[in-house]
Amino acid sequence: MSTTLPANLIQINQSAKSSGRAMTNPPSLKSARSGPMADRIFGWLAKGAALFTLGMLIAILASLTISAWPAISKYGLGFLVNTTWDPVKEEFGGLVMIYGTLMTSFIALLIAVPVSFGIALFLTELAPAWLKRPLGTAIELLAAIPSIVYGMWGLLVFGPILATYVQQPLQALFSDVPYLGAFVSGPPVGIGILSAGIILAIMIIPFIAAVMRDVFEVTPTLLKESAYGLGATTWEVVSTVVLPYTKAGVIGGIMLGLGRAIGETMAVTFVIGNFNQLDSLSLFQAANSITSALANEFAEAGEGLHQASLMYLGLVLFFITFVVLTLSKILLAQLKKNEGAKT
Amino acid sequence: MRTGFKLALISMAGIASLSYINLASAQEITGAGASFPAPLYSKWASEYHKATGVKINYQSVGSGAGIKQIDSKTVDFGASDMPLTDEVLKAKGQIQFPTVIGGTVPVINIKGIAPGQMKLDGQVLGDIYLGKITKWNDAAIKALNPGLALPDATIAPVRRADGSGTTFNFTNYLSRVHSEWKAKVGEGTAVNWPVGAGGKGNEGVAAFVNRLPNSIGYVEYSYVKQNKMTYTLLKNKDGAFVAPDEDAFKAAAAGADWNKSFYQLITDQPGKKAWPISTATFILMHIKQDKPANATETFKFFTWAYKNGDKFASDLDYVAMPNNVIGSIEKAWSHVTDAAGKPVALK
Repeated sequence: MSTTLPANLIQINQSAKSSGRAMTNPPSLKSARSGPMADRIFGWLAKGAALFTLGMLIAILASLTISAWPAISKYGLGFLVNTTWDPVKEEFGGLVMIYGTLMTSFIALLIAVPVSFGIALFLTELAPAWLKRPLGTAIELLAAIPSIVYGMWGLLVFGPILATYVQQPLQALFSDVPYLGAFVSGPPVGIGILSAGIILAIMIIPFIAAVMRDVFEVTPTLLKESAYGLGATTWEVVSTVVLPYTKAGVIGGIMLGLGRAIGETMAVTFVIGNFNQLDSLSLFQAANSITSALANEFAEAGEGLHQASLMYLGLVLFFITFVVLTLSKILLAQLKKNEGAKT
Repeated sequence: MRTGFKLALISMAGIASLSYINLASAQEITGAGASFPAPLYSKWASEYHKATGVKINYQSVGSGAGIKQIDSKTVDFGASDMPLTDEVLKAKGQIQFPTVIGGTVPVINIKGIAPGQMKLDGQVLGDIYLGKITKWNDAAIKALNPGLALPDATIAPVRRADGSGTTFNFTNYLSRVHSEWKAKVGEGTAVNWPVGAGGKGNEGVAAFVNRLPNSIGYVEYSYVKQNKMTYTLLKNKDGAFVAPDEDAFKAAAAGADWNKSFYQLITDQPGKKAWPISTATFILMHIKQDKPANATETFKFFTWAYKNGDKFASDLDYVAMPNNVIGSIEKAWSHVTDAAGKPVALK
């Protein structure tokens, strides 16, 4: 929509000029000053940039599909539910990695959303003015730390702490409980799905928190003050005024974090254990994620099925991202519809 | 819209031509591949640059990627830890030759056990990585180490997560000495590991093993030395328990018949002193050279390296090729020709 706008303006502009009629459109007045040529070039550039992106997207999708074709034609959709990944015998299935990607991202969201919400809430509603700026900057700085640093920290510092103070006590506690015991089983090394999820949570908190804070801040003071004036508590103001007003932005922030969690590679590869078996659903079991498998195996993968299967995994990741994006759009549309029904 | 594309094309062409000029102007040889010899190749390259002014640009991208790059002729030489068979080489129209020898070493982290105290053999090592031996005080380990106090602790096996020549070397050894391993897992730069956590790169495995109590992993010899890790002794084909060091790698290489073919996997070699998981690392080049001048420069570089590079190699814990092998390598170079079939000048 926005990309076609300049071209339309140019047309209006031209027709206005040729017929000699007075210009009625304020924007076209402006463009007349800067010259129609400059405007036209800008229009082309903008359009070109948009089309170029679209073209790139289609080209990536096409080249992924073509390179993955040997695997797609051999395994079909069975690839998605097969857990064997055996480069020696050339048998490939992606379920282990798909499960790892989805599970770690889910854990990351589960932790990051409430924490980010708390951070944003504190920064906008509760923090004293002198604390707001340094704290906000500190959280934004977290986003600038390279992911490999998180990975190394997770492996060398956080993993042992998790193993000694969380995993081993939990295992001792639940060792005889039938289902919970299996949920925390695994070698006590602090590497696996849970560590990866927590590291991802730490990585995406700054993103979600920054977006949430920004949207909370745009809530009109008038509305908030009115609610406070009616005797609402801070929580009531947030839940009945701020959140409804900013829900689109909040969901956008969460989706941004989720997108980052799904695509994160380096930090995950350090702490997930890179283990291509799905023996148990334990949170402490070493596992693998799509991005980690791609990063680890691509350089040494031989031509043929191994490479094609990795490409297939890439395609699956593409698809997962697409689904997440679509779901968030649907969610937003649903929210808007409900809004309309209420008023 | 069409003009937009045209603009993009023009700018792309501009960038492409710029980089082309860059490539053509410098006297430069490029190679890519194995990460195992990369520290040595870059050391050689910088010393060679000092001595001759010729720049050797080596990209440590992994053996698989190195093979891909030499196949598509984007580099002057490829490097691989896994030798190609003579048939494959013939089909591709390439030659290969070994540069240096190294070894893969099992490392452990058990409280109270010092480097070189624990003895292992291929059977036990295979059983550990198959998940059949899970405790350090297992009867099979006890039988090999009668005097050692072994803890009643679960073994945490660690292995490479990324595809690597080190993994190929290790699994190739296990496949030779452990029939069940060969049937179930096999050999390759990446295999379907039944157990274990995967670390990225030698440094990843070394970090895991150093950090996790009661773990076992395998890394290149240089990592063992630099990080002072607890290595194990291994039983070789002659039944002797040997420690990993340069002499042991040399002894393993001595048994191979390099004059017949450079396709030599020197795992589980005979010889009283031979380290059982030794390996050579290889360079790949096209027999028919589109750029004979670059081939000549490449040969000059490796001639220099074989002649002057031993010291740097042993500084970095690699073992230089024996002299008689270097003779046959230089003989093999004479097969390389330019596009017209004329032999490329070696000097």
